[in-house]
Amino acid sequence: MDAQAMLEKITAKFPGAVKGSADRFGQLEIQLEAKSIADVIAFLRNDSELAFNMLIDIVGLDYSAFPGHTGDRFAAVYLLKSLTLGHRAQLKVTAPEDKPEVPTISHLYANANWCEREAYDQIGIKFVGHPNLKRILNHHEFVGHPLRKDYPITRRQALSANESLMDEMAVRLKERGWE
Amino acid sequence: MGIESLPIMTTRRDAVLAWGQKNSLWPMPFGTACCAIEFMSVVSSVFDISRFGAELVRFSPRQADLLLVAGTVTFKQAPILKQIYEQMPDPKWVISMGVCASSGGFYNNYTVVQGIDQIIPVDVYISGCPPRPEAILEAIVKLQHKIENPQTTPKAQYMAKEPHFGF
Ligand code: SF4
Repeated sequence: MDAQAMLEKITAKFPGAVKGSADRFGQLEIQLEAKSIADVIAFLRNDSELAFNMLIDIVGLDYSAFPGHTGDRFAAVYLLKSLTLGHRAQLKVTAPEDKPEVPTISHLYANANWCEREAYDQIGIKFVGHPNLKRILNHHEFVGHPLRKDYPITRRQALSANESLMDEMAVRLKERGWE
Repeated sequence: MGIESLPIMTTRRDAVLAWGQKNSLWPMPFGTACCAIEFMSVVSSVFDISRFGAELVRFSPRQADLLLVAGTVTFKQAPILKQIYEQMPDPKWVISMGVCASSGGFYNNYTVVQGIDQIIPVDVYISGCPPRPEAILEAIVKLQHKIENPQTTPKAQYMAKEPHFGF
């Protein structure tokens, strides 16, 4: 299914959710209401004509230093692909600076768990409903979100203790029946 | 032949100790990045670190006396490096291999320690990115000279100017 037909299909199904669309270097980007993102992605995954069974990545953006940008400071971009039908989709939601919150989709795709943790760690977007939203790349004592444009690139933080990671390990052990 | 017929040699005790230590360094590689690959080639037969008596690579800090920090040390890794250094029994020496370990290298950003001498004292630095295997051998020869002449060579030290972090 091509992007234009996809846009029409989503607009028909979720009339209030689509805020706009833009051509990003040949790929159609569909802009959505933040609160409807989980429903839309669940529809994209489950509908037999769309069948987006793979989440490629979730990208966090900070627009505070973007030339000519007006509107919300943060954005999250979801890249989806259908392995069976071969088409892609690019969805975008925005979040304001004072309340950078976006609903989680970690219950829909297993890899969304880590993708959302990365976007939270580096940019500071909070994914509401995530089961374990904590830092994934930076140290747990780290303060701030380093890929925000107002974080000075050379601000270094001395960190003292190693992290045991047992909170994640316990879940995995349980999953595999070792506990 | 009895022991009484052997020729007698007198020496100082610390000189004998230093002679033994310098010719049997047991390195522990703390390899975190590409420099560690270069260290592997030093151990292999072409460059052959065993010509200098330092081929017994140990992966436990308790069995090593030379800490060879090869690679980029991030702030997340820094407490681990500090702990490994503290676990090594005395006497111990540290070689900082490559620009990353010595100064942070080109990683001038929020994640990388700008020189391991901010957290542990360093005996010998190796420049290069990565250093040639010959440079590592030269560092070992330099360290051997240092072990032999503790009075006339500088002690291992932390970074001189900047305050080091209280890990
Ligand atoms: S100094 Fe160069 S070769 Fe060595 S760890 Fe750093 S980047 Fe890699």
